[in-house]
Amino acid sequence: MAFIDLSKNEIQAKIVYYGPGRGGKTTNLLYVHESMSKQVCGKMVTIDTKGDRTLFFDFLPLNIGKVMNMTIRIQLYTVPGQVMYNATRKLVLRGVDGIVFVADSLKVQKNKNIESLQNLAENLNDEGLAISQVPLVLQYNKRDLMESNIPLLPVAELEADLNEGLKVPAFEASATIGDGVYETLREISKRTVKNVIRKVGGQITC
Amino acid sequence: MSLILTKNDIGKLEEIISDQLLDSGAEHVVLTDLSGNLIMERGSLQMEDIFSLAAVSAANFAATAEIARLIGEDDFALLYHKGGRRNVHFSRLAKDYLIITLFNDNVSLGLIRLKIGSAIHAMSAIFEQHKGAGPWRS
Repeated sequence: MAFIDLSKNEIQAKIVYYGPGRGGKTTNLLYVHESMSKQVCGKMVTIDTKGDRTLFFDFLPLNIGKVMNMTIRIQLYTVPGQVMYNATRKLVLRGVDGIVFVADSLKVQKNKNIESLQNLAENLNDEGLAISQVPLVLQYNKRDLMESNIPLLPVAELEADLNEGLKVPAFEASATIGDGVYETLREISKRTVKNVIRKVGGQITC
Repeated sequence: MSLILTKNDIGKLEEIISDQLLDSGAEHVVLTDLSGNLIMERGSLQMEDIFSLAAVSAANFAATAEIARLIGEDDFALLYHKGGRRNVHFSRLAKDYLIITLFNDNVSLGLIRLKIGSAIHAMSAIFEQHKGAGPWRS
């Protein structure tokens, strides 16, 4: 649920990074947090376990500039990817305005990607949303591992598995080195803001 | 569903927060929705990480509501954390919003609860009236 404050000419929207466990959702946010100016990006909050798995969520607020004289604030969240944390994923999805699905390119993760996307559709459905209604971008992460001779899924196979019905923009990425991170963020931000403006009617009569 | 608040609405909310809570000794008051969006904040504290406070508070409230459901309750009416120097009180406002009140030991929890009750009553009408998408106006 976006929030529009007409006294400050400000729009706030929520973008959630979704996907299977250990796929690189938190790494995407960490790269954005470390590489962006502190004037644009706020403090990153991570609620995780003692290991590197996200327990509840990561949160990163961004100020991405102005559209139609309105300041746009984007709140980035990740969800825990592990299957058992579905209740937590549902909580974080509440009021979502845009989604990045971070797929793991490792060959062994093929089924996990498909299951996670199905889980996203089911959880959105429980919120009264169809996956086709919500701005969505796919990211095929860990493409850099190709050079290490680790078996990866070809992009065509990822497209067939995940994007055949959705037909949404998809980006190849290596979140650890930042490749594709900003391309993904730019596209989902654009789609989310457009959708928020369309939903509220697009009429400004200040 | 989007929430659109006009300058007039924000003015009314500010007045209620100031009259009911800040004048009664609360240090800072933050309004968020249950998705973690910051709606407004007023008070005397310099809060640098106000967006993080809003997001984590909404998550904390949601997690606690799940605990309530697990033990057969709909909600916990009182959610309160006591710190060494500062305390925080969370209350749900209407169906989808949260009011976070920060106060120190110079003010009693009972007074804060009493004032939050009347503030919530006054604010609920504003949120109910402007809920939902529609043309932007001010």
